[in-house]
Amino acid sequence: MIGIEHYLVVSSILFVMGVLGIFLNRKNIIIILMAIELILLAVNINLVAFSVFLGDMVGQVFAMFVLTVAAGEAAIGLAILVIYFRGRGTIAVDDVNQMKG
Amino acid sequence: MIQIFAFYLFASVVIASGAFTILARNPVHSVLWLILAFFNAAGLMILIGAEFIAMLLVIVYVGAVAVLFLFVVMMLDIDFAELRGGFMKNLPLGLALAAVFLAELVFGIGAYRAGNIELGEHALNPARMGASNIQAVGELLYTRYVFLFEMAGLVLLVAMVGAIALTHRKRAGVRPQNIGSQVRRRPEEATRNMQPVVGEGVEL
Repeated sequence: MIGIEHYLVVSSILFVMGVLGIFLNRKNIIIILMAIELILLAVNINLVAFSVFLGDMVGQVFAMFVLTVAAGEAAIGLAILVIYFRGRGTIAVDDVNQMKG
Repeated sequence: MIQIFAFYLFASVVIASGAFTILARNPVHSVLWLILAFFNAAGLMILIGAEFIAMLLVIVYVGAVAVLFLFVVMMLDIDFAELRGGFMKNLPLGLALAAVFLAELVFGIGAYRAGNIELGEHALNPARMGASNIQAVGELLYTRYVFLFEMAGLVLLVAMVGAIALTHRKRAGVRPQNIGSQVRRRPEEATRNMQPVVGEGVEL
């Protein structure tokens, strides 16, 4: 029998994996953005599982809002990445602190 | 019974593809694994009867966000050493992922037909709710949370304007159409009447 615990375990493993991805790929900002998407996916699984468990549809509504913010964040993050690459020719995060302004 | 198998299939594949997303050396492979993870998370949500969020996950994440990632990864043209392999190098992984997608699609539809997983005694049951999942979400979204819904639209608008404003650049050396000068043009300053003498040719 599948209970809510199963869903919570999956979502927590996915969340930890996203955090781990940020630490493992410190240099590659694209992978960092993908790891953030993984974290938000884990949050969404959690919200939907609890929404179904408690019989309250609000969780799914808020999962949709999380999805909206994740889409906007990916668009802005990738736009910043593109202009950073255009000015510098590399996406190594190590020397971001040399940016002026 | 098939739901339990489907849960373990989707859960193990979502975790494995999440791990490969952060471990893959090639960012293109990373994006492909991310797509697989989103797809399987949608399968997990289908199993407990949240069809709307599952479809949104496939449409928004796989259809827009993951493709945006892929687009940027390929556009940046960074010197990833492995990236040079090109089409034939990515082909086996792509075909394997396509096969997994197809198998899971068939399997997920079978599990969905067999009914939802009951997560608890309060579990949302379409038969008990008297409305489908999408209808229930819509009734909540357009009544009680309508302002939050409009705020979400505003967030997307600001994100779109911001992305365009950040990446737009004026290019030098191009000669775009100047509609104002075209409209302002009068016949008197553009043409003249001549009376050329016959047999002597014309002067341009």
